[in-house]
Amino acid sequence: MSQYTLHINGTTRTVDVADDTPLLWVLRDHLGLVGTKFGCGKGLCGACTVHLNGAAMRSCQLPVGAAASGKITTIEGLAKNGKLTPVQEAWIEHDVPQCGYCQAGQIMSATALLANNRKPSDSEIDAAMSGNLCRCATYTRIREAIHTAAKS
Amino acid sequence: MTDTISNLQSSINNRKASRRDFVKASALAGGGLLLSALFPTSRASAATGASSVFAPNFYIKIDSQGLVTLISKNPEIGQGIKTSLPMIIAEELEAPWENVTVEQAGLVLGLKGWQGAGGSGATPSHYMDFRKVGAVGRTLLEQAAAQKWNVPVEQCQADQGYVKHTASKKKLAYKDLVDIAAQLEVPDPDSVTLKDPKNFKLLGRRVTGVDNHAIVTGKPLFGIDQQHDGLLYATFVRCPVFGGKPRTANLDTIKSMSGIVDAFIVEGTDDAFGLRPGIAIVARDTWTSFKAQQSLQVLWKQEDMSEQNSLLYREKALQLAKEDGKQLRSDGDVAGVLASTDKVVEATYEYPFLSHTNLEPQNTTALYKDGLMQIWSPTQNAINGHGLVKELFQLSDDKVKIDMTRIGGGFGRRLMSDFICEAAAIAHKLEGTPVKVTWTREQDMQHDYYRAAGWHHFKGAVSDDGKIAAWSDHFVTFGLNSDEQTGRGANMSSDEFPIRFIDNAQLSQTILNTNVPMGWWRAPGSCAIAFATQGFIDELAAQAGRDPYQFRLDLLGPDREVESGNRRGPVYDSGRMKNVLTLAAQKAGWGKKLPKGSGQGIAFHFSHRGYVAVVAEVTVAPNGSLTVDKLVAGVDVGPLINLSGAENQVQGSMIDALNAAWQQEVTIEGGRVRQTNFDDNPMLRIGQSPKVEVYFDQSDNPPTGLGEPAFPPTTPAITNAIYAATGKRIRTLPLSKTNLSWT
Repeated sequence: MSQYTLHINGTTRTVDVADDTPLLWVLRDHLGLVGTKFGCGKGLCGACTVHLNGAAMRSCQLPVGAAASGKITTIEGLAKNGKLTPVQEAWIEHDVPQCGYCQAGQIMSATALLANNRKPSDSEIDAAMSGNLCRCATYTRIREAIHTAAKS
Repeated sequence: MTDTISNLQSSINNRKASRRDFVKASALAGGGLLLSALFPTSRASAATGASSVFAPNFYIKIDSQGLVTLISKNPEIGQGIKTSLPMIIAEELEAPWENVTVEQAGLVLGLKGWQGAGGSGATPSHYMDFRKVGAVGRTLLEQAAAQKWNVPVEQCQADQGYVKHTASKKKLAYKDLVDIAAQLEVPDPDSVTLKDPKNFKLLGRRVTGVDNHAIVTGKPLFGIDQQHDGLLYATFVRCPVFGGKPRTANLDTIKSMSGIVDAFIVEGTDDAFGLRPGIAIVARDTWTSFKAQQSLQVLWKQEDMSEQNSLLYREKALQLAKEDGKQLRSDGDVAGVLASTDKVVEATYEYPFLSHTNLEPQNTTALYKDGLMQIWSPTQNAINGHGLVKELFQLSDDKVKIDMTRIGGGFGRRLMSDFICEAAAIAHKLEGTPVKVTWTREQDMQHDYYRAAGWHHFKGAVSDDGKIAAWSDHFVTFGLNSDEQTGRGANMSSDEFPIRFIDNAQLSQTILNTNVPMGWWRAPGSCAIAFATQGFIDELAAQAGRDPYQFRLDLLGPDREVESGNRRGPVYDSGRMKNVLTLAAQKAGWGKKLPKGSGQGIAFHFSHRGYVAVVAEVTVAPNGSLTVDKLVAGVDVGPLINLSGAENQVQGSMIDALNAAWQQEVTIEGGRVRQTNFDDNPMLRIGQSPKVEVYFDQSDNPPTGLGEPAFPPTTPAITNAIYAATGKRIRTLPLSKTNLSWT
């Protein structure tokens, strides 16, 4: 057990957890940030995607210590003062979710993609989003929503 | 609001039943109208011994600001029901959708209509009742306005949050009418005037999901998101071999580990669908409980399961398939026709066990305190969990309470309540402390209720005029520790198409004994059977030298309703099927010239009251790599409730069918599942996802559900397209087992 100070969504939080605890479980069980989801525990499904210094990372594979020095953003930290980001807006407009469980991870990956590529092609979207599974298979709408978000 | 419901419930208990009691009006504290829809149920009457009992099913609340709250009665698993059912009420109520808030109901005992998710059944079973409830509300508001203006009610018309007086052009907002409406006598729901569907303003429109904002901002919605003061986190370890029980385990070692609160054996029961034996590990966080599993050493009590093996099942099934089975149906003279023609085709189709693989692993939170078992669960079937928990701990009906959370994917897995029983068992032991049980992905994949594997040995003949002259299907499936009774979802109707459409047709069945628990999996039965039957129909079309689309139109025959003795639907309407078949064919440009290595395939299937045809277009590279270019669906489920939701279901069902057909397989070795996670049982990724197009034929039939019917015909459309592209007939799933290369 050790104390870690984390910089999450613009605030500073301190937790006391086992050193090998993945960031995912620190967020979910210790900080009440349950928007980041558990799906596989092996970095295979992308449900746990967060941003570390702006880059999309699988938080189930990221030991808390490795995240402690960086700036962490979770799905709860995307909207500022209640104003949704273009990606979040596009997700609603295209009515992307079915069950919705994977969508936080999808949105985090899409947001990181658009930060680096303002106008991705379909194949660039497929490449950037390939780590995020959607069991309901809303992939058609995920592509459409990313194109819409890219325009705004 | 819970208080309001229970007060209301007690005030109406033990009153004599009449149809008029279907809907109750009352005043809200602080002003406003509360309409409770009440359904008498025989089950509740029987349980309490009262002559009749009412329970509020759902309600309409219109507050003094004119804001409308509607209750979502059934659980949301991604099928869109939390949006679409309230839309039906809002339509008749003339409530502007932007003023509507939807709240999720918990399990209420004694209701009419199952509070579950399965069988694509909620739309057809609630459509008329929900319209009537909405219409009662609208009528009350119109009557309130009539009273206020002192004019005949016929001159008052509700319109999107207002009641208007046509002659004087006066109007009053709902918020100014609700207090009067709450005092009026409620009209008989069977006599209120329903809107002419021509005048629908909301139904059939594209409406986005009511939880979308919460989803995209990461709000706690799902079972796994439950948070409570003092919450502990547990996981549950079962014997990897089905049916095994823990004898001893190094529990003291586990309990001495940092962060572990408790570890104990749960004896469980022999009910494969109830509380399974295993070991509970309770910790201060989920990670610690998962990590402790790695150090857990268990001596399991298990039988010799070396016979329980996928390769042995296959060997046995392929042999049995060619022999006689138990006859389920025999029409005409199949043997005679087969013996008298040389145009006989014989083929065996096979498909594997599949896991549901909900992305949200199984989980449930429970608190046992003061004799009450409170459960928060992502369940498709809360009433089933309620019954099991009640029985396990000898609790009365009212001492088990289940809140239904949003569900991270159902597909039939959460019709079973094993995970609810586990959480209850752990909470019972930790009395007074809330505990959340979460499974690892590995536990989830290895302890599912699997879609049954199966084999179909077909023989068929075509006549000189190019039609199917005889059809024989010997279906080899599985029974859970039985060779007499099929496992859940492993059976086949003796009416299954094309039986009833061919004069000489027979179906026989053989059941293999397995220890693998089986369960309903999206479009149970149909999800696998359509692949086999529509694939073999394609083979017969090829044998006859005919176009697969025209061949199918002929097989469906003249437009008519073919009586059905099975439970999948009242009748088979060949005309509706031909319409969607033609719709899909036309929209896909059926028959267009494609380069070598590309091809189109077509298939249709009727299930869950829905008529769906799909055309697939694929390209197979000479090295065998497959690209599914496009899937086009023609769908008739009657008039649509929510265009966006309906389209989403069909898009997702088609891609899900490709997902399952392409790579997914669960294999058994020594009575246990070999696959563990998405690396050895891969799920389709976005780059493999085809373009999809969805076209609706909104026929004038009662609206039906759409969570399932688009799945079954998609698989054979794809495999038939692969044949068209390569000449290779796919008779085995997953597709990845077949080398598709060509020269």
